[in-house]
Amino acid sequence: MRTADVVVAGAGVIGAACAEALSAAGLRVLVCDRGSPAGGTTASGEGNVLVSDKAPGPGLELAVHSRRLWPRLLAGLREELGPGPAEVEWEAKGGLVVATSDADAAGLGAFAETQRAAGVLVESVGADEASAMEPLLTRDATAVVHYPDDAQLQPVLAAGALLAAVRRRGGEVRGGVEVDGLVTDADGVSAAITSGGVVSCGAVVNACGPWAGRFAASIGAPINVEPRRGMVLVTAPLPDAVRHKVYDADYVGATTSGEADLRTSTVVESTRSGTVLIGSSRQRVGFDAALPVTVMRALARGAARLFPRLANVPVMRAYGGFRPYTPDHLPVIGEDLRVPGLWHVTGHEGAGIGLAAGTGRLLADLFLARPTETDPTPFRVDRPAIVEEPT
Amino acid sequence: MMVTVDGVEVAAEQGQTVAAVLLRHGLISWRTTRGSGRPRGIFCGIGACHDCLVVVNGIPDVRACRRQVREGDDIRAQHGAELPS
Repeated sequence: MRTADVVVAGAGVIGAACAEALSAAGLRVLVCDRGSPAGGTTASGEGNVLVSDKAPGPGLELAVHSRRLWPRLLAGLREELGPGPAEVEWEAKGGLVVATSDADAAGLGAFAETQRAAGVLVESVGADEASAMEPLLTRDATAVVHYPDDAQLQPVLAAGALLAAVRRRGGEVRGGVEVDGLVTDADGVSAAITSGGVVSCGAVVNACGPWAGRFAASIGAPINVEPRRGMVLVTAPLPDAVRHKVYDADYVGATTSGEADLRTSTVVESTRSGTVLIGSSRQRVGFDAALPVTVMRALARGAARLFPRLANVPVMRAYGGFRPYTPDHLPVIGEDLRVPGLWHVTGHEGAGIGLAAGTGRLLADLFLARPTETDPTPFRVDRPAIVEEPT
Repeated sequence: MMVTVDGVEVAAEQGQTVAAVLLRHGLISWRTTRGSGRPRGIFCGIGACHDCLVVVNGIPDVRACRRQVREGDDIRAQHGAELPS
């Protein structure tokens, strides 16, 4: 492709969702990824589509909106692509948040109440009910809250399905091609310089995830997006061991923390194939891809606390990756006023899979100057947390 | 030393892997797949493929090619996905 309406840099789930939404509006989109599509952060997570882990505010609004959009988006993809290519292992399995101390129980109850007031479906669950819902769950829980709208999907399959739709609509997806720079004229972006040649275009979308800060700096429009490392342990397939997204009540404290040092909080769920994924850890250490044994131990201990039967379950492997972190824990979705035609869509930290559907939609609405379904203001590029020098 | 294989006592030598003991006693399959129950045994033999999984002392998903036997090990076939007993 020598010309495109829009070049998207980054073929993770966010770039794929943006490209899908733009191509649905009839735009010709070229998606480039310097590695393989959906091979970075998208391949390093757990497939969370959560409404339970956000406090009321713009992040929760986007999460709720995106959670509503995902099933519709997937239904459309099934119609367009057929059931096979659109199979993304979607499971509306619900989330269970578990407190194991009196202090955490009080905190969880108060937090859930604020979410309920914001319109999130929240159910307090008694001990017997919790055992029925999750038979292997610890009997030491002091409070359990059920979020029926929490869901899960397989992120690499989801990104693949979105990109398949882009291709079907005349777009192109190129792996192993990096966007190295932009050509601008008086009107803003006029071309993308890629390792596969120069592509004339009207706009470039920076969907490079944790690498979005680097990419933005390299083209002279720096934004504050940093990598935050995480790790997941994978068990062998187990028979019906964990039925919901189950996580510790201290998870929200960990996701909203800002410190660079290690934070772990237990998150446990099964995949369609039966393997159990055990997270989560957060650490800001640049792009150091090490998987420290200390972190593995902390994750394993946490999982065994919530599910004592997991204590003797062998861990088959572990994988790690980087989340795109912003200092105010909100994604960046919008045009960069310093370089008209350059759009940034990144900074979803650990919530990018869930937020992708709503993010793609919002980007396309902004791009086409259509009315938006969610308020874009909190996600704008020119907010102090994103464009001022880090302190 | 002696270990048990599916409830039967068999001889094993120090330093042998579980897979070596099983092969030596004529077994070539000691696991069934979780989807269609098809037989599996040793494949790569170097710990990479996870095809030779077996239950040892109640712990499932032990790679027979990686684990060295210990006196009294209780080794049994693994049927699909199992939780530790």
